[in-house]
Amino acid sequence: MQLKPLARSLAAALSIVVIAGCSSTGGTQDGDSYGSQDGTTTGTSTSGVGTGGQYGTSTGSGAGAGQQADSRIPEVRTIYFDFDRDSIKSEYESVVMAHARYLRSNPNAQVVLHGHTDERGTREYNMALGERRAGAVQRFLNIQGVSSSQMSVVSYGEERPAVNGQDESAYSQNRRVVFNY
Amino acid sequence: MQSLSKIWLLCVLLLVSSVASANLTIEITRGSDQALPIAVVPFSGSDGMPEDVAQIIQDNLERSGYFDPLARSSMFEQPSQSDDVQFGTWRSLDVRYLVVGRAEQTEGGFELQFELMDISGQRRMIGETVTVRGTDLRGAAHYISDQIFEAVTDIRGAFSTKIAYVTAQGVGDNMQFGLYVADADGRRSEQVLTSDEPIMSPAWSPDGTKLAYVSFETERPAIYIQDVATGQRVQATSFDGINGAPTWSPDGRRIAMSLSKDGQPEIYIMDVANRSVERITNSNSIDTEPAWSPDGRSLLFTSDRSGGPQLYQYNLGGGEAQRLTFTGNYNARGRYSPDGEQIFLIHRSSRGYQVARQDLGGNRLVVISESTRDESPSVAPNGTMVIFATQQGGNGVLSAVSADGRASYRLPAAQGDVRDPAWSPFLN
Repeated sequence: MQLKPLARSLAAALSIVVIAGCSSTGGTQDGDSYGSQDGTTTGTSTSGVGTGGQYGTSTGSGAGAGQQADSRIPEVRTIYFDFDRDSIKSEYESVVMAHARYLRSNPNAQVVLHGHTDERGTREYNMALGERRAGAVQRFLNIQGVSSSQMSVVSYGEERPAVNGQDESAYSQNRRVVFNY
Repeated sequence: MQSLSKIWLLCVLLLVSSVASANLTIEITRGSDQALPIAVVPFSGSDGMPEDVAQIIQDNLERSGYFDPLARSSMFEQPSQSDDVQFGTWRSLDVRYLVVGRAEQTEGGFELQFELMDISGQRRMIGETVTVRGTDLRGAAHYISDQIFEAVTDIRGAFSTKIAYVTAQGVGDNMQFGLYVADADGRRSEQVLTSDEPIMSPAWSPDGTKLAYVSFETERPAIYIQDVATGQRVQATSFDGINGAPTWSPDGRRIAMSLSKDGQPEIYIMDVANRSVERITNSNSIDTEPAWSPDGRSLLFTSDRSGGPQLYQYNLGGGEAQRLTFTGNYNARGRYSPDGEQIFLIHRSSRGYQVARQDLGGNRLVVISESTRDESPSVAPNGTMVIFATQQGGNGVLSAVSADGRASYRLPAAQGDVRDPAWSPFLN
């Protein structure tokens, strides 16, 4: 699924609403391919006070939104990486934190972390790099108190690009870890 | 994707199909300046036959980079046997070798007679009558090409070999993957497997009857071994983590692979008969893409133990792995030449990812491809060509370059991406 710029920014705003309700580290700066395409009925504020209609909440309070968020799988399920790197960028720490909270609150939830690379370089080496990225997220979640039994890692290397293309814009959207519940 | 894939898992198709589809075509991209002038005269009696045997032979010889065939329009005479050859005519056309032949339909198929002439020596070099059962004129043309190639170059021809490759269409969660086997010229492709989950790294058994490959059809990578003729297959590994990069030992009894079940990807050797695995490398780094030396005594593999990916050789008799590549900061996916004296690999140059060659004895690395998004080099069993995957107009295509870098050609597909080529061993 590819989002148009407006839909992407709405999706980003939407994710910030959710995250802001339960996090002090702020939202993500990037949209996400798993975000909602229908942004018209959801909150557009980035201040964290609006609650998205899609979430079905009417409490209007930050605390209420936070509790709601912990009982739902976080909406942002993809984080992106720099070329040849497996470190989680600071702008995505809040996304991973949200998943950590969800997994801690829902000990029966299982997540498969899918690691991906861009198409450059050899296929099997990229398989290893994709595993490293997913492994970095797994360790981060583990440190945040998520049980190892709730997580597994599958690297897809360069085999499943999110978008086609041979430029940095495509490459940057393909270097990613996706949270699959 | 998860639940959908489970449904689709049931739909993973195993096809041993005789239906040809998705043939690859050939575009010569670079001819060698040292190619030998040759004329392949159309075979008499071949009008109306399902295949133009002389054209297939001519295309094979041209693609090899060793020959520069004369255009048919320049052939003033079209003899069909050595007795009718006027050597002066062909000498005046600067032709050094001449192929003439006759074709005849028989009860059970066809009969082809060919002769190879040395024009400057004014002599008949070889000749043979080839019996074709059924309609396998292409197979016969490849066989004749092999005989001509060997008679002139003293190198065994590899035109009767096959290539395996992977196709992909779509993006993200909506993708279709296929594993195909085709003639070395890209024709007569047959589907071996299709899946909506990735297929990668096909590897031929040394007897050419089986393919080992990686399939994600269970939503995680596993190595499968499939009989090409019958389609019968088994899941050989399904360890936690990466199950990747299978390559057969020269005796066909073992498969080297990369497994990350114990943390980082490491090189393991599996006993094909009992499926037990033995860990070979022990590093705190990525070790993958193993290749067996032709004598079976060493493994070449990619490791990033020095920081970035470089090629290492491990002697199975023991000892430390030796680093082989020192040019640049990215050298990966090495393959030995059949004589074991050279390696072919992917090298990241200032231009991009390119196919390179290096003598095992030295450390001078030579880039041999002109394209810059290259992957997955695989060496022909006679060592003359290297087939690899690259990009053309945003699509993955197969390309081949001669081992000396002088000649090259591409095998574009009608649609979608083609990648991960594996050149078969000699099959006859």
